[in-house]
Amino acid sequence: MMTNHGNRITQGQFSFLPDLTDDQITLQIKYALQNGWAVNVEYTDDPHPRNTYWEMFGMPMFDLKDPAGILMEINECRKTFPNYYVRVTAFDSTRGWETPRMSFIVNRPEKEPGYRLIREERDGRCMGYTIVAYSTDRPEGERYS
Amino acid sequence: MSEADNKVAAEQLSDDAEVDLEAEFKSSNVQEVLDKLDKELVGLKPVKTRIREIAALLLVDRLRKQFELLSETPTLHMSFTGNPGTGKTTVAMRMGEILKRLGYVREGHLVTVTRDDLVGQYIGHTAPKTKEVIKKAMGGVLFIDEAYYLYKPENERDYGAESIEILLQVMENNRDDLVVILAGYKDKMDRFFQSNPGMRSRIAHHLDFPDYSPEELLAIAKLMLAEQNYHFSPDGEKMFAEYIKKRMELEHFANARSIRNALDRARLRQANRLFASTGKKLKKTDLITIEAEDIKASRVFDENKPDK
Repeated sequence: MMTNHGNRITQGQFSFLPDLTDDQITLQIKYALQNGWAVNVEYTDDPHPRNTYWEMFGMPMFDLKDPAGILMEINECRKTFPNYYVRVTAFDSTRGWETPRMSFIVNRPEKEPGYRLIREERDGRCMGYTIVAYSTDRPEGERYS
Repeated sequence: MSEADNKVAAEQLSDDAEVDLEAEFKSSNVQEVLDKLDKELVGLKPVKTRIREIAALLLVDRLRKQFELLSETPTLHMSFTGNPGTGKTTVAMRMGEILKRLGYVREGHLVTVTRDDLVGQYIGHTAPKTKEVIKKAMGGVLFIDEAYYLYKPENERDYGAESIEILLQVMENNRDDLVVILAGYKDKMDRFFQSNPGMRSRIAHHLDFPDYSPEELLAIAKLMLAEQNYHFSPDGEKMFAEYIKKRMELEHFANARSIRNALDRARLRQANRLFASTGKKLKKTDLITIEAEDIKASRVFDENKPDK
């Protein structure tokens, strides 16, 4: 892809930027905690953009005051799943929001092969398009290894 | 982070430069906290001295940094031992504030836990539970009340040991992130440290909270009443001093906590007395004064038994 250098998947915040350093992640989390959002760490090896619900790493972390604890958890997750996508989401439980307010990727597989475009010919010269990640050809847990 | 580093680099001083300890002291506002400590906590001489020492060490450390004299971050894990009601929790709460002023912890909040919050009920339950608590306390102070319960030597399959292990690891590796304060009764804590030498060696400050003298207890009582907008009548004060002396000789005396309970009961009796005096117009002074009879009615005086 011309616009997406290196085929990096672009989901959530900051995904067009170079990877955030731990200090930058800490500052982002600090912002979330200041707003009273619950931060948790999630991982997956299916990069499809419609794959919304990632696996949760450990428990969601409520009532934290300082980002150090979350960074500890992120590093733990990176250690356990070095070749997975890992993201941090901040959930706002305020009535009316009740949704993640922040979400950004903090770990990626070393090589991201990207997506294959599949064209489907339908009735009346109609074309259907869909994408499939190359990495999902292999079963879960063996992708990106 | 990098901004802070730059700042330090910019302030880097030559060897013969002079630094102003007093100015640094003033700018940290520690004096304010220490004064508050002096004013609101009666007695506790050894504890106050140690807190002053810690504050001084952290300040000097800050100055040393300006000369780039690096020394390892001091460990500030503490153990508070003392009888019930000697102010261990209160001091722990202040500790968070003091350490924050000195820039040793980032948030300065206090997370109070006991064995129940740390130790799980089945295999594999303890580690996540302990870690959750630790994460909550990061940037502040983790206060473990009745810490000796963590270790139960009579049951070798007890999960408390696992919790201690995780705590030890965090106390060593995340020194910058949190300060752990263990509290408990002296004899039990001594036994706890004996069976956990690793714990003992990782705690730099062992503070023993002395019991209060009767005069100190009276001063505490007056402070407590003032906080709730009450005061003793002159007779009431004399009577309460007598009450303290008598109560101290009885069983289950818990220092300031017993005083608090006694005052609560005195307030009950005062309310009852006012209620009984129907027909009389009450003035403000009536509402805020604890009279001698409110204290005299205690069981301590006529039966020589603590109130229920």
